[in-house]
Amino acid sequence: MSKRRPLVKGLEAIVGKERVVHHPEDLLVYEYDGSIDRAMPQAVVLPDSTGEVSRVLALAYREGVAVVGRGSGTGLSGGAVASEGGLQVALTRMNRILEVDVENRLAVVEPGVINLRLDQRARRSGLRYAPDPSSQKACTLGGNVAENAGGPHCLAYGVTSNHVLGMEVVLEDGAVTWLGGMERDSHGYDLRGLFVGSEGTFGLATKIVTRLLPTPPAAKTYLAAFSDMRSACDAVSAVIAGGMVPAALEMVDALTIRAVQKVAHAGLPEEAGAALLVELEGEAEELEETGLEVEAILTGAGAFNLRWAESEEERERLWSARKGALGALGALAPNYYLVDGVVPRTRLTEALERVSEIGHRYDLPIANVFHAGDGNLHPCVLFDERKPGAVERVMEAGGDILKVCVELGGALSGEHGIGLEKKAYMPLVFTGEDMEMMKTVRGAFAPLGRLNPGKGFPGGPAGHHNLQRGAVMAAGPGAYV
Amino acid sequence: MKGEPVVSQDAPITAEDLYRCVHCGLCLSACPTYMETGLETESPRGRIALMKAVHEGRLDINRRVAGHWDMCLACRACETACPSGVPYGRLIETARRDAVEQGAVSWRHRMVAALFLRGLLPRLRMLRLLASALRLYQRRGLRRLVRWSRILKLLPGGLDRLEAQLPELPTRFFAPQPGVLRAVGETRMKVGLLSGCVMPVAQAPTMDAAARILRRNGCDVATPVGQGCCGALNLHSGDPKTARGMARRNIDAFLDAGVDRIVTASAGCGSAMKEYGELLEDDPVYAERAARAAAMTVDITEFLAGLPLDPPRGRVDARATYQDPCHLAHAQRITEAPRTLLRGTPGLELVEMEEASRCCGAAGIYTITQRRMSERLLASKMEWVLAAGVDMVVTANPGCAIQLENGLREAGSPVRVCHVVDVLDQAYQAEEGPSPSAVQ
Repeated sequence: MSKRRPLVKGLEAIVGKERVVHHPEDLLVYEYDGSIDRAMPQAVVLPDSTGEVSRVLALAYREGVAVVGRGSGTGLSGGAVASEGGLQVALTRMNRILEVDVENRLAVVEPGVINLRLDQRARRSGLRYAPDPSSQKACTLGGNVAENAGGPHCLAYGVTSNHVLGMEVVLEDGAVTWLGGMERDSHGYDLRGLFVGSEGTFGLATKIVTRLLPTPPAAKTYLAAFSDMRSACDAVSAVIAGGMVPAALEMVDALTIRAVQKVAHAGLPEEAGAALLVELEGEAEELEETGLEVEAILTGAGAFNLRWAESEEERERLWSARKGALGALGALAPNYYLVDGVVPRTRLTEALERVSEIGHRYDLPIANVFHAGDGNLHPCVLFDERKPGAVERVMEAGGDILKVCVELGGALSGEHGIGLEKKAYMPLVFTGEDMEMMKTVRGAFAPLGRLNPGKGFPGGPAGHHNLQRGAVMAAGPGAYV
Repeated sequence: MKGEPVVSQDAPITAEDLYRCVHCGLCLSACPTYMETGLETESPRGRIALMKAVHEGRLDINRRVAGHWDMCLACRACETACPSGVPYGRLIETARRDAVEQGAVSWRHRMVAALFLRGLLPRLRMLRLLASALRLYQRRGLRRLVRWSRILKLLPGGLDRLEAQLPELPTRFFAPQPGVLRAVGETRMKVGLLSGCVMPVAQAPTMDAAARILRRNGCDVATPVGQGCCGALNLHSGDPKTARGMARRNIDAFLDAGVDRIVTASAGCGSAMKEYGELLEDDPVYAERAARAAAMTVDITEFLAGLPLDPPRGRVDARATYQDPCHLAHAQRITEAPRTLLRGTPGLELVEMEEASRCCGAAGIYTITQRRMSERLLASKMEWVLAAGVDMVVTANPGCAIQLENGLREAGSPVRVCHVVDVLDQAYQAEEGPSPSAVQ
């Protein structure tokens, strides 16, 4: 705390008083993101330009303060939570779309641009930005780059890394540099590739060059109801085995359907044990043909209620139900812990059965809403953090789920990043040598390890952990203010 | 306030409402103040986080905390965006009530509350008297003299800006009357038209137009004399007690008039009246009547679009864009009805502007209590209006109309501001043959 005053004064000298947050009451709203982790930063600064970001980082470097980047704070792995205190750099005001180059199909944006805004802007020129995280109407491209975000349509088009050509970054000491560029191919090491998904531990991106793709001429979106998860999983395997690559292939279970219907009446089948959302894209005639094949496969796998969106509004309604599903869980419980594990598609049924067993064992309801086509599970463990011991039990259950994913040959995270809560499980998938290698790479970008310390990857100083899980119970009244 | 109990007699914020928010953040991009500042403290999620902290005993309500709640427009765009159905409007109203009771609001807010919200709104006769005085001020040379002398610039509180933003008052005010204005042709039903507070003095011609259109479409129109202001502004600024009194008076007036529907031409009033049931649910005498009145309330655009409307045959040759009033689009979720009516008007070309459902910054007393933010929001809105290249911006709420008029006047733009019913009325008036204005 003693460091706070000179830090705040220094920040105010760079960006002015209005864009520095340091009163305890105000910092309270910067202790969370979309995940269950919480911790208070010492201060938050909202720079407006690369120059300001550079000066802010140089100041933090001199003052020995940790730096945590933040966009809209919708992340689900605690990436934007200042788990070891320090300075949060919120890039929400750097939200300009600098250029949309239709001919070369690329855009240059600032990190605070909201994902959906870029897509909407591109669509005016017949193009689109493909990665579409469910939080796309709020999440920022800077955050997408940091976490290498995915989304339903990444099944066909790939994740953020496949759509970022380059970026301007500010490093730990405030130096500004470019990684990658405007070209599709570059020489030398793919430093751009290293940076995407580095969870804020390498630097802060201040400009991002993204690819834009032509919008498909037509799309057809199916909603298929199944009596249980098993038959829905069989349908997923059958679609993929049939050689089809749908643009998106999403599953929701009965509990999720109940939550969504409670809030939105989106037309999801309430009597189903699971439902699949399948989207095909392509030329209209081609869609007719593959559509028939997909219908046959889905019905063959036991779909008892198969329909498709008849209009663009209906299609949007279905997607809005899918993309709002996570938030809708708020209608069932005040908190959820989303486990982002991945399993091979062929092991989906087995994985889901074991997840359900874990739920029974811990006596915790688990809702499933996920990217089935990618095998990217999102079991959401529902709980109430105000109940003593709840958080610990949930974290344990989450750990067990991740172990199952690894056992089945999968991974810890599909698209949300390692962040805080999955860090302990890194040794399940990486050897000591792997971890050493990551530490070396991190050291090359950020020698002092003060960028987003304590997140994701090994490296950086072992700081104290002032993370507040279930802060209400842990902290008690009057803990902060 | 001194002498009044600090502990509220009303229900506290319920944990159920609060903890429905899972801080997913999907509301952020819908929030005008967040988009303007980029600050989490000025976002719905941030405001709820502060309410949670107060609820959990981690935080006391002080001026800084209340300041973030006051910065909220209560436009409820976040409710439309929220995937888990958080009743944000109810939360912010309750939080503000607690802030008022604990004396944590600004002097500007207290002044407006005392003079305008509790002083004038429940006493419409006083409001009309004041309006008449202002009309005189505007008509006789006094205004020119005052502006020339720049005396208002010398006084504190930005009185000069306030004066400049006063709408030009019409020569005649609209007033509730006993009896019924008969439908033209066969009577379909009997409707009660809410007169309101600001609208009958500032936009009397629009009220006349509303009555004419309703009669033209087979409605007997009653404007019961017992009615008053709907109480929305009081409720929004943390004074449910006064709001309840105003609600009871309107409920009596309209239910006693024996109408089939209560029609409002003001989105803000309609939204408040549709929530009368909730407002008075703990009132043993009024709970049932309140719920009944709420169920009978309809916005005029919703009502007309739902009728087999006698379509206007006259033309309104103009290119127009529609500004969604927050309390129509977000609080009542009505966006199609006004557009349908406009599209059905011969000659009118409707184009969408960017961010049509983003708040213009009017938001009741917000223009006075949060002037700087209100002006920033208006500036953004003006950019989008002007970029649409229209002759006319159409809306459906008096506050929005006044705010937009101010913005356009300051921008030196010739774009006109109209209510949806003004457009329809113009089209009816432009019909050839026997003039429907004969019903005036």
